[in-house]
Amino acid sequence: MFDTAMTWNDLMFMLRGAGVTLWITAIAVGGGTALGLVFGVMRSALSPWVTWPLAFVLDVLRSVPLLIQLVLANSFQAIAGFGWSPFVTSCVGLALYTAALCTEVVRGAILSVPETTRRAARSLGMTWAQDQTQIVFPMALRVGLPSWINLTLGVMKDSALVLWLGIIELLRASQILVTRLQEPMFILLVAGAIYFLISFPVARFGERLEKRWREHD
Amino acid sequence: MIEIEKVYKSFGKLEVLKGVDLTVARGEVVSIIGGSGSGKSTLLTCINGLEPIQSGHIRIDGTDVHARSTDLNKLRRKVGIVFQQFNAFPHLSVLDNVTLAPRKVLGMSRAEAEEIAVRQLSHVGLADKLKVYPSRLSGGQQQRMAIARALAMSPQYMLFDEVTSALDPLLVGEVLDTLKMLAEEGMTMICVTHEMTFARDVSQRVAFFHQGILAEIGPPEQIFGAPQHLETQKFLSNVR
Repeated sequence: MFDTAMTWNDLMFMLRGAGVTLWITAIAVGGGTALGLVFGVMRSALSPWVTWPLAFVLDVLRSVPLLIQLVLANSFQAIAGFGWSPFVTSCVGLALYTAALCTEVVRGAILSVPETTRRAARSLGMTWAQDQTQIVFPMALRVGLPSWINLTLGVMKDSALVLWLGIIELLRASQILVTRLQEPMFILLVAGAIYFLISFPVARFGERLEKRWREHD
Repeated sequence: MIEIEKVYKSFGKLEVLKGVDLTVARGEVVSIIGGSGSGKSTLLTCINGLEPIQSGHIRIDGTDVHARSTDLNKLRRKVGIVFQQFNAFPHLSVLDNVTLAPRKVLGMSRAEAEEIAVRQLSHVGLADKLKVYPSRLSGGQQQRMAIARALAMSPQYMLFDEVTSALDPLLVGEVLDTLKMLAEEGMTMICVTHEMTFARDVSQRVAFFHQGILAEIGPPEQIFGAPQHLETQKFLSNVR
């Protein structure tokens, strides 16, 4: 059906790019979620007077376009002499951006746990930490998971912006092939299909977990 | 023994308890009645330290609940509380709802905790619901589960905060029967309730709260038969 000049080697080139996309996404989502959990718990447990500096920084990270953040982060690390590679800079930038979004997901999910349920847990002699791990987190997880899955899929697509730092991930690999082969439609279709194939299992995994939990509701 | 001495409690500028004195002996059942906002429920949450107080003392077996040195988590093992809302842990089965605190707080093995949980759940008539999740239970069953959950910690005192208020009238009886059973077994209980028949039949003493003050306390025959305080008379004539 398609008459294309694209070779297996070109496809492998795109798949290597997809591998980079996956790596960056995994590191950013992993790091960002860990930070988001800590920040989310802090923001839900501590007084706004204590956490306002954190809230301000997270607001900035959520509000400024990611592309600007990545470019500024790259310039800043160069000026500060950190000597980070574009890959490290991209991972740090994306992880902080993810953390800012994840903090709100975590905070909202924690606040959705009724205060009375937490009181019941504490009234049984549970410590704050036991209340958090045994009651709040499991209940909040059910509320926050759909948003977190959306966040993960969003970050994976946003990770394409790291091409501006010179990293050859899936979209940049596709661009290079488009320039060389002059077949934008076909190559972008393939790139889109690869993005879909990466995203689909994540979305399905989330759906399956939600379905399992719903059986108890 | 629970000793409450000149307890003052406010939420911001709103003074909810205005110098409450009350002593509850071991094995005694005291019901607290009174209008909404009279401070009844707040007193219960102050007794097991869920709410701080502004002044006064609450002592449980001589331990000052609100002293800085008091380990509240340890103290709460002695004092079970059941709330108006059932507060089931929705992600856990009925059995796990009841075994959670004995395992995590008392450090029991799963087998030990399950043995106690099964005994307590059978006691409140839920032996056939062990593997069921709370969402599949009726309100009355959820409340009985909450009672079993508190009892599984082997408390010496039980506080009940309007435990039938959120229930369908048809389900009130089954929960009250459970409370009566506990009272007959000699459990020390403070029950905040709107169920006047229950207060009259089960309690040794009935306390009437009005605007943050313990206005009147005495045996049920006195409170329901010949109330001394004008506000008690007004309240009882309205609820009858």
